[in-house]
Amino acid sequence: MEQKKLAIIATKGTLDWAYPPFILASTASALGYETEVFFTFYGLQLLKKDLDLKVTPLGNPGMPMPMGMDKWFPTVLMALPGMEGMITSMMKKKMARKGVASVEELRELCQEAEVRLIACQMTVDLFDLDPASLIDGIDYAGAARFFEFAGESDVCLYI
Amino acid sequence: MTDFDELLDASGLNCPLPILRAKKALASMASGKVLHVIATDPGSVKDFESFARQTGHELMESKEEGNKFQFSIKKA
Repeated sequence: MEQKKLAIIATKGTLDWAYPPFILASTASALGYETEVFFTFYGLQLLKKDLDLKVTPLGNPGMPMPMGMDKWFPTVLMALPGMEGMITSMMKKKMARKGVASVEELRELCQEAEVRLIACQMTVDLFDLDPASLIDGIDYAGAARFFEFAGESDVCLYI
Repeated sequence: MTDFDELLDASGLNCPLPILRAKKALASMASGKVLHVIATDPGSVKDFESFARQTGHELMESKEEGNKFQFSIKKA
């Protein structure tokens, strides 16, 4: 049987949106898929050596809030300084308590499993990102390179 | 309980870690050897069935005991 292929485009750079690409990529590779993830725009944050990902309750009405905060906490208060940090820290604690892997751990598992991680060269230049601030073992390439793999893939996801 | 060659305790770990750890454990085992996995993630029941169907390893046994899920997987 020919090896299946999964191509993912990761475009978001928040803690919550960091999970789908790394969970799906690592799982697919455990199932025998050849997997490639193309990180573009804010998704490049997921390749930083020092991850400082946050989750924001602002403009995110679907986010379950602890202690029923969404019931009595007006949305406008979510814009207060420190709120994002507080919510992020609560989310990380909850994840650790529930045995959900950290983003760092999932990313390492992806690299161990030889998932190819590709940083969008154009966005790296656009945001003046220093490649030294990104993890080792990744490739830098453009849209054409992505399609070379995505065009042959069995599953292609935009996240 | 079925006899096994390797034991993997994935208790407390959530999706997709039990599957990833099982894949890693199986990689270092010889064909025909049996891996016994213990997990607490209820999602792992369906996940190990799918894992076996897609990888060709045989899910010999899947059962719940107490609050633990137990799987016996024979390497293809």
